[in-house]
Amino acid sequence: MKPIEIAKDIFWVGCIDWNIRDFHGYSTYQGSTYNSYLILDDHVTLIDTVKKEFADQLISNIAQIIDPKKIDYVVSNHTEMDHSGGLARLMHRVGENKPLYCSKAGYKNLSMHFLNNWNYQPVENGGELRLGKRSLTFLETRMLHWPDSMFSYVKEDRLLFSSDAFGQHYAGLERFDDQIGDKIMPHARKYFANILLLYSQLVLDLVAKVSDMNLALDMICPDHGIIWRKDPSKIIKAYVEWGEQKPKRKALVVYDTMWESTEKMAHAIVDGLGKDGVEAVPMHLRKWHRSDIMTELLDAGAVVVGSPTLNNGLFPTVSDLFTYMKGLRPKNKIAAAFGSYGWSGEAVKLINRQLEGMKFDIIDPGITVQFVPDDKKLDECFELGRKIARALPE
Amino acid sequence: MDRYVCSLCGYVYDPKEGDPDNGIDPGTPFEDLPDDWTCPICGATKEEFNKE
Repeated sequence: MKPIEIAKDIFWVGCIDWNIRDFHGYSTYQGSTYNSYLILDDHVTLIDTVKKEFADQLISNIAQIIDPKKIDYVVSNHTEMDHSGGLARLMHRVGENKPLYCSKAGYKNLSMHFLNNWNYQPVENGGELRLGKRSLTFLETRMLHWPDSMFSYVKEDRLLFSSDAFGQHYAGLERFDDQIGDKIMPHARKYFANILLLYSQLVLDLVAKVSDMNLALDMICPDHGIIWRKDPSKIIKAYVEWGEQKPKRKALVVYDTMWESTEKMAHAIVDGLGKDGVEAVPMHLRKWHRSDIMTELLDAGAVVVGSPTLNNGLFPTVSDLFTYMKGLRPKNKIAAAFGSYGWSGEAVKLINRQLEGMKFDIIDPGITVQFVPDDKKLDECFELGRKIARALPE
Repeated sequence: MDRYVCSLCGYVYDPKEGDPDNGIDPGTPFEDLPDDWTCPICGATKEEFNKE
């Protein structure tokens, strides 16, 4: 896609990755973009690059506006390779001696990705860089979502380059929120649930800090997806809501099944939940991607996990989900377990141990069924659904 | 001497090793770290560490 002038003399020169479907284990059904921004001023500045395989496209995008050699400054807001992978080719083209601005942690981390002697210029939190008519202010945003993450702010244009924060994995010809409307929100939400959830408190602290600083924002330009210009406060408000993790009357019912016994239990639990007006979908772990499950978990007040007992243990996909979920540290959940077994039946106990480890409030010891659930057992499952519904906030 | 874990990024402060890059000698207990010491990985303050 050709470059787009997003504000006077500020251009989006990023690349669209239309067909990526698996982004380090996160499902990206609609691709993604790697956003890079070029500022024309007395000192021409490039903010962030793209994935390595898109480096030529980035350089060609820049060349449609200005000879890449005329870039004076390069800024790296984040070391992760979807934003730094293009640096090697870019620096080669721009000039290896050109100053490369990054956070102090960025300096350390970039040095471990690229074996070279680039002219790194680690910046202080709050430090300013004069470009000419405008200046860049650097704001450290450690652990949002890497130690090196930072934002760059142009006060003259009231424009924030927010690195991965406020981004979305979405490939489209739209470059702005007003071109796509609310269709973008599920993508932003999925991004939060899978990348930022564990840093929810830092997100809330950052939003509070930014509002204390009275940082005027006409535009938020993330490194993935569309730019927020119509109403940047909309995504900030959404981040606060997601970060607070207030439990809703919604339950995540996830399970795997071998001979459909655990599945029957899942359906009965969902029935019971629905009876009392709780939103719930039975999610089979081999039909739903773990990153979609985490997105559903974001505002769910309850987590109900089912697993058959396989060779005295959990079904592998259940362990996979727990590994992933635990790392993202969801909060404020009630929980329960269920599962069928043939002769030993350890799964429910093992699920409860995992749920306890995540500090969920286990409201029932869980239901186990030997081999196939009869009507009585399915009624118990239905009642478990109702019990969870009663325990959820109105 | 106890090891302490950063609740933000998972870095473990091991008093046996100290934090020589930031002027903390090996053998310094967590309790004796200066108040303005921060996590060398993510910058979290001492309050954000928990005993391992």
